[in-house]
Amino acid sequence: MSKRVGSSRSIAGADTIIRVTLPRFTPEQDPGPNFVALVDNMGISDAGQGSLIDDLPHGTTCVAIRYNAGVMLAGDKRATSGHQISHRTMEKVFPADQFSGIAIAGAAGPALEMVRLFQLQIEHYEKVEGKSLSLDGKANQLSQMIRQNLSQAMLGLAVLPIFAGFDLRLDTGRLFQFDVTGGRYEEASFAATGSGSIHATTVIKMGYEDQLDESAAIELLANAIFEAADEDSATGGPDLIRDVYPIIAKITSDGYEAISDESIASVFSAIIDDRRSKASGGE
Amino acid sequence: MSMPFYVAPEQLMEDRADYARKGIARGRSLIGLSYDEGILIVAENASNTLRKVSEIYDRIAFAGVGKYNEFDQLRIAGVRHADLKGYSFSREDVDARSLANQYAQMLGQIFTHEMKPMEVEILVAEISQDSGNTSGQLFHILYDGTVKDHSDFAVLGGDAEVIFDRFQENYSENLTLPEAINAAITALSGPDRTLEPDDLEVAELSHSNGRRSFRRIEGDELLNFMPS
Repeated sequence: MSKRVGSSRSIAGADTIIRVTLPRFTPEQDPGPNFVALVDNMGISDAGQGSLIDDLPHGTTCVAIRYNAGVMLAGDKRATSGHQISHRTMEKVFPADQFSGIAIAGAAGPALEMVRLFQLQIEHYEKVEGKSLSLDGKANQLSQMIRQNLSQAMLGLAVLPIFAGFDLRLDTGRLFQFDVTGGRYEEASFAATGSGSIHATTVIKMGYEDQLDESAAIELLANAIFEAADEDSATGGPDLIRDVYPIIAKITSDGYEAISDESIASVFSAIIDDRRSKASGGE
Repeated sequence: MSMPFYVAPEQLMEDRADYARKGIARGRSLIGLSYDEGILIVAENASNTLRKVSEIYDRIAFAGVGKYNEFDQLRIAGVRHADLKGYSFSREDVDARSLANQYAQMLGQIFTHEMKPMEVEILVAEISQDSGNTSGQLFHILYDGTVKDHSDFAVLGGDAEVIFDRFQENYSENLTLPEAINAAITALSGPDRTLEPDDLEVAELSHSNGRRSFRRIEGDELLNFMPS
């Protein structure tokens, strides 16, 4: 039997490539400023059902705190597949738009896709409507995306983000934590997610004060990630050999800004010096 | 059974074009131009909420004249096209030329096949992908789907010809932002009128604004740029 070439059957996956035309809708079908609905409408919605998958890369520890100028997000860079370290430089903290950010833990693939869709959803809304969504509106959108992912979460592909932003209307930084069903919980001081979050939370709890300044906030977050990495095998600490450090970003009334690698490196080297001197009896 | 009157296709097209042109002529004009840091669009627009100029994508802006509801519909279709394309492929794959062609096809289709042509003219502007390169591309699309591309400037709207002549006198390559705004406002207002900041809608595409290069110039900033 010879292989048939040029059969009439379409190539697998070819239907996931959209026809990039100018999408027009009747008023009843119009998705408005909702990008996710637009994607569904165009028939390029995601993933079918699968079986339990547990060897996919997973994201690990992320922490967020409020401080005197807004909020800060921090995350390690390790991704693990089972007991393997699959990535050492995976970013888990992203800007969502100019005044908000998102940090993710959970299955890496769906998490990154959720971040991408969420970023687009906010930008799309802003462009179509001519004004940005409120911070509550953005948090609500994210909670709906997590809820839609529930069936995937039951298969082991849970995504658990922290959403943080500067609310220009209330002139304050705010942060939100989520559960796998899309439950949205606003936190007054700090939030953590991922396998190392228990340890990170303890460190934050011990050191947290209202209205911390920027350097104290960075130090506290770095300590939290450091201790989480020390106790949890799926969380990566500072990697001195490869010069890879966890990410810390701040969101203030000036917008989202990642803290420079150099200043993060110096904070971690101070932590390491401190632990070393304690281990050797204070000398 | 009554027979419909025979109308020559030439006549039909001309009537439609006249109809569209009349609609467009009722509205105010706008100018899109390249200046030394990117692209500037200056529109005469008495409303501060109903926009003529807006953002489509990272490096692409949209401007329309004529009937508001019609060009706004085109604007939203453009945002959808761009966001979907960027989502399915990559952000860098979204370009103005393909968008302009889509618009042209849609407008051409409506012009020939539907009851009423769209009473709009639109501008799709894009700055270069390379952040060191400030040159831009302007696609001017007419109600019947005709596309014209410009790299220097384009004038859209009812008084386009008069404004074009006035603007050509003051235009040169590599104008600075204040010079460009000044030249455009002077050309739009003409010798007998003065335009106030409230009558204008100004926006730029410039790499200095980061990934999303679109930025509105309004309020006090615009006031500083007004011709004295």
